[in-house]
Amino acid sequence: MSDALIVNSYNVAGMLMFRDYMVKMNSVIILGYGGYVPRYRVRAEEIARVWGEEQTGLPVEEKAVASLDEDTITMAVEAARIALKRAGIPPSRIGAVHVGTESKPYAVKPCGTIVAEAIGATPKVTAADFEFACKAGTEALQFISSLVEAGRIDYGLAIGSDTAQGRPRDALEYTAASGAAAFIIGRDKDKGVAEIEAWTSYVTDTPDFWRREYERYPRHTARFTGDPAYFHHIVNSVKALLDDEGYNFNDIDYVIFHQPNVRFPFVAAKLLGVDIEKVKPGMVAGTIGNTYAACSLLGLVKVLDQAKPGQRILLASFGSGAGSDSYIIRVLDGVELKRELAPTLEKFIERKTYIDYITYAKNRRKIIM
Amino acid sequence: MFRIKVPRYWRHKDFRYRLNAWKCNHCGEVHFFKPLVCRRCRLREFNKVMLPETGKLIAYTIVRSPPCGFEEQTPYIIGFIELEDGTRILSQITDCYPEELKLGMKVEVTFRRVREDDPDKIIAYGYKFRPAI
Repeated sequence: MSDALIVNSYNVAGMLMFRDYMVKMNSVIILGYGGYVPRYRVRAEEIARVWGEEQTGLPVEEKAVASLDEDTITMAVEAARIALKRAGIPPSRIGAVHVGTESKPYAVKPCGTIVAEAIGATPKVTAADFEFACKAGTEALQFISSLVEAGRIDYGLAIGSDTAQGRPRDALEYTAASGAAAFIIGRDKDKGVAEIEAWTSYVTDTPDFWRREYERYPRHTARFTGDPAYFHHIVNSVKALLDDEGYNFNDIDYVIFHQPNVRFPFVAAKLLGVDIEKVKPGMVAGTIGNTYAACSLLGLVKVLDQAKPGQRILLASFGSGAGSDSYIIRVLDGVELKRELAPTLEKFIERKTYIDYITYAKNRRKIIM
Repeated sequence: MFRIKVPRYWRHKDFRYRLNAWKCNHCGEVHFFKPLVCRRCRLREFNKVMLPETGKLIAYTIVRSPPCGFEEQTPYIIGFIELEDGTRILSQITDCYPEELKLGMKVEVTFRRVREDDPDKIIAYGYKFRPAI
């Protein structure tokens, strides 16, 4: 506990900032992971065709669309079941289920309880939903990691899941997609897929994107999207993490940024001086879109599906509002055995059927009768 | 409008969410919902079992005139599935078009919205099957 009380200071983007907690974690292990992407895809060109817009220079190639019978909860369950297969622990041992999402099916009734019930983790479990736009999933992971590290629970389940909403004809309609990623966290290093070595957050009040209660679609300040929102927060959260813990980019083999489109992560890499070859393996947005709370975590799933033991991953999410969570994760020996225990993310990405705009509109309940 | 009987649906959630069924200790008959007496041997002792998550499709039909609460999903597929332990179960087949169906195809359980067209706005979640991934 004494470490948690140490106050240190460092300089980020020319500002003197004060921290009252340490970012290094002690024996927090990812025991299982799972990613889920629904079957249906709509091409960005199809959306542009319907709205009579240019079909070149679109932010993604295509995006994943949840089926009529899917939502944040069902996808969270899918990802959690895959993570459980890899973790190899009885679900009744899970002490916390946290779901990060901005597309809750119920305004009042937690997703976490339904997910916990569906995987068999109830009743001795704490369950909660987190909301922080696209970084709600990494936020859930922070709290689960901290509960495990503090010894309050033996195992925890952190999920990022979203059926993102995009207003028809809005720029976000091209990218707002559906998907989920789940991680089982524990302390058994010898059974681990990866170790979370450190995390930190960088948060400010930035009005780049919001949705008021009772509204169907979010609104955004378009010119805030890159700066001062995405780039400012990601760059500063990554710098804070690296500076605090003494890492540099030579220690890192894979870099995963939140992916609102296929361009932003590479711009962030350039700003930070990261080799873009380290960014490419974790890119998912081009083929499935921006899955919001699941987005950067699905990038992590994709990297874990190919990483080798001993390699190090830097993960930086971004959530509008705004903030970024950065993690340093080291891959453990168990990854090669465990990835074979369940379908890889690539299987879900390849399992696709194209639908037209009207089927997409029906699936996403954009048609109001 | 169709109204979901919330207490009744909730009482059956172990089976609907996780395929947790009840097996007769005497004759081995599997009951999806906890019975008072076994329908085969009439004895009253059961063990909770988890049914297998995979099986094969042995019959199916396409529903085009749905009951209340399923209109939005029409047309949809109802399949008769033989699970790996031999238990037979009726289920909606999802993530699949009718022309992709083949008798004997391997299917696996998934968790989906079953019904939601309810004036109380409750969502009924439960199992469906899909082609194995």
